[in-house]
Amino acid sequence: MPDRAAPVLDVRGLKTVFRTRGGEIHAVNDVSFHLERGELLGVVGESGSGKSVTMMSLIGLLPSPPAEIRAGSVMLGELDLLKISPEALRRVRGAKVGFIFQDPMTSLNPVFNIGFQIAEPLRRHMGMTKAQAAARAVELLELVGIPDAAKRLGDYPHQFSGGMRQRVMIAIALACDPDVLIADEPTTALDVTIQAQILELVKELRVKLGMAIIWITHDLGVIAAIADRVMVMYGGQIVEQAPVRELFANPQHPYTRALLKTIPSLTGAREARLQVIEGQPPIMTAAPTACAFRARCTHAFARCEVENPQRARIDTMGLSFGHDVACHWATAPKTSEVSNA
Amino acid sequence: MLTFTLRRLLLAIPTLLVISLVIFLLVDLAPGSPMSEIPLTVPPEVRKKMIEALGADQPVMVRYVLWLRQFFWVEPATLIDGWFGTNWAGGEQRILSWQSRAPVFTVIGQRIPQTLTVIGTAYLVGILIALPIGIYSAYRQYSLFDQLGTLFAMIGFSVPTFFSGTLIIIIFAVTLGWFPTKYDTNLSVTDWPSFVKQLQQMAMPVMTLGLANAAVISRYMRSSMLDNMGMDYVRTARAKGLTERVVVLKHVLRNSMIPVVTVIALGIPSIFGGAIITENLFGVNGIGAALIGAIHASDLPMVQTLAFIFAVLIVTFNLIADVLYGLLDPRIRYD
Repeated sequence: MPDRAAPVLDVRGLKTVFRTRGGEIHAVNDVSFHLERGELLGVVGESGSGKSVTMMSLIGLLPSPPAEIRAGSVMLGELDLLKISPEALRRVRGAKVGFIFQDPMTSLNPVFNIGFQIAEPLRRHMGMTKAQAAARAVELLELVGIPDAAKRLGDYPHQFSGGMRQRVMIAIALACDPDVLIADEPTTALDVTIQAQILELVKELRVKLGMAIIWITHDLGVIAAIADRVMVMYGGQIVEQAPVRELFANPQHPYTRALLKTIPSLTGAREARLQVIEGQPPIMTAAPTACAFRARCTHAFARCEVENPQRARIDTMGLSFGHDVACHWATAPKTSEVSNA
Repeated sequence: MLTFTLRRLLLAIPTLLVISLVIFLLVDLAPGSPMSEIPLTVPPEVRKKMIEALGADQPVMVRYVLWLRQFFWVEPATLIDGWFGTNWAGGEQRILSWQSRAPVFTVIGQRIPQTLTVIGTAYLVGILIALPIGIYSAYRQYSLFDQLGTLFAMIGFSVPTFFSGTLIIIIFAVTLGWFPTKYDTNLSVTDWPSFVKQLQQMAMPVMTLGLANAAVISRYMRSSMLDNMGMDYVRTARAKGLTERVVVLKHVLRNSMIPVVTVIALGIPSIFGGAIITENLFGVNGIGAALIGAIHASDLPMVQTLAFIFAVLIVTFNLIADVLYGLLDPRIRYD
């Protein structure tokens, strides 16, 4: 659970731009957030909202060119990940920051057995010998719930099911006991029962290992199940941020509200069609000068056209729950600006 | 894998039999007479006797069956006799060249070393040049190096060897005078100076063919690398904090080599086939030259035997390529 100590990860003013032939795409626009020790931060938003790009920017996983990180700082402890050398960053990747990707079917190398693939970060970052790494790989596979782990080290990815492969990916990400685990839609490609198993596994591992997790998803149901705090992204910006209960109980941004309405109800009669958010997410060809959501927003007014809203703290009944939102409409009556998240 | 290989080997037998029949009939149908190089002053009845002596007057089916027996029994038996001093062949008639009256396999045995040293080296050099070019071109796609590599490949692809070979002769033999224009087949490598001489006379044919081979293989390597470079597992490898060197030369390369190894294996029969034009251009007295000579002289047994040996090699290396594919890619199981 979050405490008042220094955050394990502190991101400020991150800007990532893709340079394409058709001009620049501003994929991440001035994103600031922090991650407390042991916290699970959910990041939601539709496809193209900049969730994955933001997280990949943190540890230099975006191919450059075309990607270019224009501004910001990413403090991992005392280390600014945007300032250190590529070699130093490689020593952070896989060691202090683990990454799980969306599609377990293609994220493992088909021609190497999984024992080798789990051992790779161990041997690189922890300087283990082959035998030590193999022993640790067995431990890790047992930790992520793969039966008969010792026998399966020599198996190739195609010999595992999707859910099992994702467990292997988690084992790789956890291999070096990272401070931060970034999970980029790790359950999206899995069917629901497997998804539930993986969620249970992550919850369990969190308690056991105590690392901080950033969980990217577009599934609010998943967020409700595991997150401590939620960040809603739209158009490469964070539009709302709050503890999970607060966000579900008291959503402020019209986009968050619309997202929550899109969750179909399993109870009651089929009264109405599924709710959708009309329109497409914007393609940001320039740094935003107006609210990115205005074209799809039912509450948009004149100010939304001329000024990009800044994140401002929201107090509910005079109490602050660490809830902030970037919306002129939501913050119109009584708010105070927050300088940073 | 073993069952697969055995099954394929068994299947190769009928395939090769059919190929041998087709080759035999096709070559036999070709116009020309084994007497075409005999002077016109030789009277017709002598010619007739000579044809009878060669067995060329026999019906094609008789000759085919005889040839089969000679190819599959007499020749291997003679080979074994030569090695172990046994007497399996029992002095039976071997396949004779109509042109030289010598056993076809003796001629092949004389010619194959030239072909293998020159063409084989050219193939090897081609591979050794092509792989790094392909890998680096893909890693730095659209860079200056990649553009130059593409240009190089395009030249190698599109310029025929009779042109590039002639150009190389003009540059390196005529103008610079570094290498001899003609390949000396009689040179035997016994010491350092003769080895240097051998290298010098090999240099130009190897350059000519190496360029053509490297062009093809480097393109395969490049496109295979590019296919794999964008895969998700590459991102995973980077996320593990591996160095670029390990990511590219281990994770990507291992996957990219699968199709390239197949292409390389399938190209090996063409080494034995020799390079007819290049061998003629540089006077390398190899298999390609032997084949052309035999065709000119209507030396049917020679042409048929050589063509069939190429067929055997192609079938064999197809099988080897399939087996290699299975060994390199754990997802492929043939059982």
